Amino acid sequence: MTQPLIQMQNVDKFFGSFQALKNINLEVHKGERIVVCGPSGSGKSTMIRCINRLEKHNSGKILIGGRELTDSEKDIDAVRREVGMVFQSFNLFPHMTVLRNLMLAPQLVRKNNKSKAKEIAMKYLERVKIPDQANKYPSQLSGGQQQRVAIARALCMSPEILLFDEPTSALDPEMINEVLEVMEDLANEGMTMICVTHEMGFARSVADRVIFMDLGEIVEEASPQEFFENPKNERTKLFLSQILSH
Amino acid sequence: MSFDISLILDSLPKMLSGIGLTFQLLILSGVLGLLLAFVLLLMRLTEKWYFSVPAQVFIYVFRGTPILVQIFIIYYGLPQFEAIRESIFWPILREPFGCAILALTLNTGAYVSEILRGAVLAVDRGLLEAGSALGLSRSQRFIYITSPLAIRLGIPPYSNDVISLLKSTALASTITIFDMMGIARTIVAETYAPYEIFISLAIIYMIFTFFIQKGFGYFENFMSRHIKK
Repeated sequence: MTQPLIQMQNVDKFFGSFQALKNINLEVHKGERIVVCGPSGSGKSTMIRCINRLEKHNSGKILIGGRELTDSEKDIDAVRREVGMVFQSFNLFPHMTVLRNLMLAPQLVRKNNKSKAKEIAMKYLERVKIPDQANKYPSQLSGGQQQRVAIARALCMSPEILLFDEPTSALDPEMINEVLEVMEDLANEGMTMICVTHEMGFARSVADRVIFMDLGEIVEEASPQEFFENPKNERTKLFLSQILSH
Repeated sequence: MSFDISLILDSLPKMLSGIGLTFQLLILSGVLGLLLAFVLLLMRLTEKWYFSVPAQVFIYVFRGTPILVQIFIIYYGLPQFEAIRESIFWPILREPFGCAILALTLNTGAYVSEILRGAVLAVDRGLLEAGSALGLSRSQRFIYITSPLAIRLGIPPYSNDVISLLKSTALASTITIFDMMGIARTIVAETYAPYEIFISLAIIYMIFTFFIQKGFGYFENFMSRHIKK
C-alpha cells in the first residue's frame, strides 16, 4: 500500500476552552473521494481547514504528502500549493475580473509568465464551462457561476487535493446542480477530494467513503452504501433520519 | 449694519494671493501625513509590541490634544532645546512654515493611520483565507488583496480628513504664516470689517472643499468599478 496523501493522527483542536476536534484520525489516499457530513458545529469545516492550515491544530500530527504541518512557513506554503480549497461563500476577489482571479496564484506562486497564466486560466474556465465570462467581475455572475469560477481558480494551481467546504450551501436551489456536475466530473477524473456537504445524492454517487462527524469526533466512517442503508451509530441514524425524511 | 461689497471685491485678490501657501500647507502635510500614517499602520499591524505600542502612544497623543496646542508646542517649545537648535532639522524648525508642516503632518498622520487601519480590518477575512489557500504569502495578500479593497473602503473617511486638514491649515496663521487666513486677519485688523472679510474667506474655503469632495468622489467611483453592473 502506498503512503496516504493525507494523514491525520490524534488531532485535537481547541477554540479557547471549546474543543472543536477530538482525537481525529483520518487517512486519505490518492484518488479517494471523501464526503464529510454531520450537524452544524460538529467540526467538519474545522477538520478540513486544518489540512491546509487555515486552522492550526493543537495536538496530534497532520502529514500531507509525507510533509508534516508545523509552524514552519516553508512547509505550510508547500502544502498550500498542493491543496486547493473551495469555500461556501466563494471568496472570489471582488476587485479582479474572473480571468485575473484565476491568473493571480499561477503568476505569483507558480511564477508563470502572464501569457502562460492566461492559458492555464482559460483552460480551466472552459473546463467549468464559462470561458465567456472571463472578463467580467465576480459581482456580475450568478452564485453558481461564481462557485464554478472558484473551483477553476483552485484547479489553476494543479493541486493534488481539493477541499470543498460546503460548496453548495450558499447557492439558490436551481444553481446547485451546475456546481455538483463540475465536482462530479472532477471526481470521475481521479481528483483526490474531501467534500464537506449535505448533498446526499452527491455522496451516494461519488464518494468512496462517507465520514460522519458529531461534537468534534468522527463517529462513523463507511462506504456510501453501508452508510445510508445500514448506519451503525445511533447519532448517524438520527442525523440521517432528520435530513432524509423529506 | 452695512455690508460693504466693494471692500470684499478689494480684499478678495489679496486673500487669494495666500492661496499658494494654503495649498503648500495642505499638500505637503497631506502627503507626508499619509506616508507617516502608512508607517504607523504597518507598526500597528505587526504583532510585535515594540512596534505597535509606540505607534499607539503616538496616535493617542496626537489625537488627544488640540492641533493648536501642537502647533504652539512645536513653534514656541522646540527651539528652547539646544539639541534641536544644533540638529540638522533646525533649518526647517527655525521657520514657522516648517513648524506648521510638522505639526499638521504629525496630526493628520495619527488620524489617517486609524482610518487606514479601520479599512484594512474591514476587508473580508474570507478573501484573505482564499489567498492563503492559494499559497499567497502574507505580503502578497496585503499587496494584491487587502490594499486595493481597503483603499476603496478608506476613501470616504479619508476625504473627510483631507477636508479637515484644509481647514486646519488656517491655524498656521497663528504662527505668523500669511496663508489666506493670515492675510484675512491682517485685513480685518486694518479695516475693522470682520464680517465681510471672514464671510468671503469662508466661502473660498467652501469652494475648495467642494472640489476636494468632487475629486474624491471620482476616485471612489473608479475604485468601485468592479461593483457596478
